[in-house]
Amino acid sequence: MDAIKQISIFARNNPGQIERITHILAEQKINILAITIASSGEFGVIKFLVDQCEKAYECLKSEGMTVSLNDVLAIKLTDKPGGLYKVAKILRERKVNIDNAYMFVQESRKQGYLMIEVKDINKSMELLKGEKLQYLKKKDCYPRTKKPVKSSQSGK
Amino acid sequence: MFWNKEIETLSRKKLEELQIDRLKKTVKKVYDKVPFYKNKFMETGIKPQDIQSLKDVTKLPFTTNDDLRANFPDGLVAVPKGQIIRLHTSSGTTGKPKALFFSKKDVDVAADQMARCLIMSGMTSEDILQNMMTYGLFTGALVMHYGAEKVGCLVIPAGPGNSERQISLMQDFGTTTLHITPSYALYLADIMESMGIDPIKDLKLKRAFVGSEPYTEETRKKIEALYDIDVYNSYGLSEMNGPGVGFECGEKHGMHLWEDNYLVEIIDPQTLLPVKEEGQVGELVLTSLNREAMPLLRYRTRDITSIIPGKCPCGRTHRRINRITGRSDDMFIIRGVNVFPQQIERILMSTQRVGKNYQIVLDALDDITVRVEISKDMFDGNMEHLVDLQKEITGKLKAEILVTPKVELLEPGSLPSFEGKAKRVIDKRKL
Ligand SMILES: [Zn+2]
Repeated sequence: MDAIKQISIFARNNPGQIERITHILAEQKINILAITIASSGEFGVIKFLVDQCEKAYECLKSEGMTVSLNDVLAIKLTDKPGGLYKVAKILRERKVNIDNAYMFVQESRKQGYLMIEVKDINKSMELLKGEKLQYLKKKDCYPRTKKPVKSSQSGK
Repeated sequence: MFWNKEIETLSRKKLEELQIDRLKKTVKKVYDKVPFYKNKFMETGIKPQDIQSLKDVTKLPFTTNDDLRANFPDGLVAVPKGQIIRLHTSSGTTGKPKALFFSKKDVDVAADQMARCLIMSGMTSEDILQNMMTYGLFTGALVMHYGAEKVGCLVIPAGPGNSERQISLMQDFGTTTLHITPSYALYLADIMESMGIDPIKDLKLKRAFVGSEPYTEETRKKIEALYDIDVYNSYGLSEMNGPGVGFECGEKHGMHLWEDNYLVEIIDPQTLLPVKEEGQVGELVLTSLNREAMPLLRYRTRDITSIIPGKCPCGRTHRRINRITGRSDDMFIIRGVNVFPQQIERILMSTQRVGKNYQIVLDALDDITVRVEISKDMFDGNMEHLVDLQKEITGKLKAEILVTPKVELLEPGSLPSFEGKAKRVIDKRKL
């Protein structure tokens, strides 16, 4: 079971914010796998799943952005009716509380993932041990990263 | 410990009797001797005999900075020139300085109230005071010097600067007490570190009187920790004898203001009326009750503070004022409520997860928006935490200023950085 790194960026809800961020990522040839935006109206947190998270983190930080790197779980979903239900049931049974979640479709009609943010990733991983769930693997998420990605670095 | 226990713990009733007696004398004196005041009395139709109780003080005219400048150099002096023994000045941001004159008795009264302050902080004649303020026209160093001599401690008139000499004076003579500015206290700790001197182990410091620049409670705590000493807040102004007008006791909760020497008022700077209840924030107005050479009626200090209601456990009956939180000139009114930027600043500074930079925007609909940068290190990517932070700040501000502000969280570095005198308030209502 791998925890996947997700990048969170604090942003004012102004036109051009996503353009600014994605421009930086494009220039660095960083591929965006998924994006989700949580907004309160005036400000929001933009979350990215990218193929080179450490590099993206450093680049955005050096551009003066308020960035944090967090661990998330990416649970594979079977692409048939009840696929998400099956996962949701297990999470409930194992008492894994979801802070935030979004879907990430890697290949249309074939591979989808439920990305979940939890308070304590290690505890959640422990709780889910033994369940027949499949997860997005680091090597599939970061194909161009040779070395294993360091953890820590989150903005705590 | 008390320097003058009888006066310092005088019952409120007796203290107020003393005040009214001295107020009457002061009013009579300026009416007779100072044409400026006589003219003011004539203008408003007030006679000295109209002042019969402390409440009557509101009938008296105010004295402002402009009045002191207009009467420069000695228009407000109430004694023959031969009785004046000392001149101090107080510099303003513009124009001429203000000239302040002291008689022999005034110098003694100033030193005496300073001695009360020093004893109140636990000093004794065994203590050694290193006075690191500028000796000269400014009142800070000399009034402290005279007060400490009254207590009987050894005074080292070091003056400011020359850090290495300051440190060797402390080592050679076993200095226990510093009189120092906050910025110099912080700087000196750095110098000591670079010289390999541990101020806690290698020096005998017990306390410091930190003043002449505004500083926050955080700075006080920092200096206390760096030197492992007690830092006492003090309040003073040259117009009212200099330092020692108000001083903290061992409780370190507000500064006792010597009410036998000053009549204290807290006024609304907009209406110029006294604040409705004791404890409300407003401008400090002082009438000198025990000055010979240059008595001042209802001097508008421009300093914003409030009286701390209730008795102090130390037993002193003279009321306490809170730390000065700003200047009355900075005040603005939102939906009929007087607000000082410093009230907002205090809330923001006491909130974790926000930076030091902020801006207040007042708009045409009489709405107030407080814009503050979040702290970069504290961002954890969690939206809920940000919403909670916004709610926390809004709630705290509402409790403080009684108006619900709109709180905007900004990216670090997105507000213009403020160095020195900052324009924190943008009032779009005036555009
Ligand atoms: Zn006290």
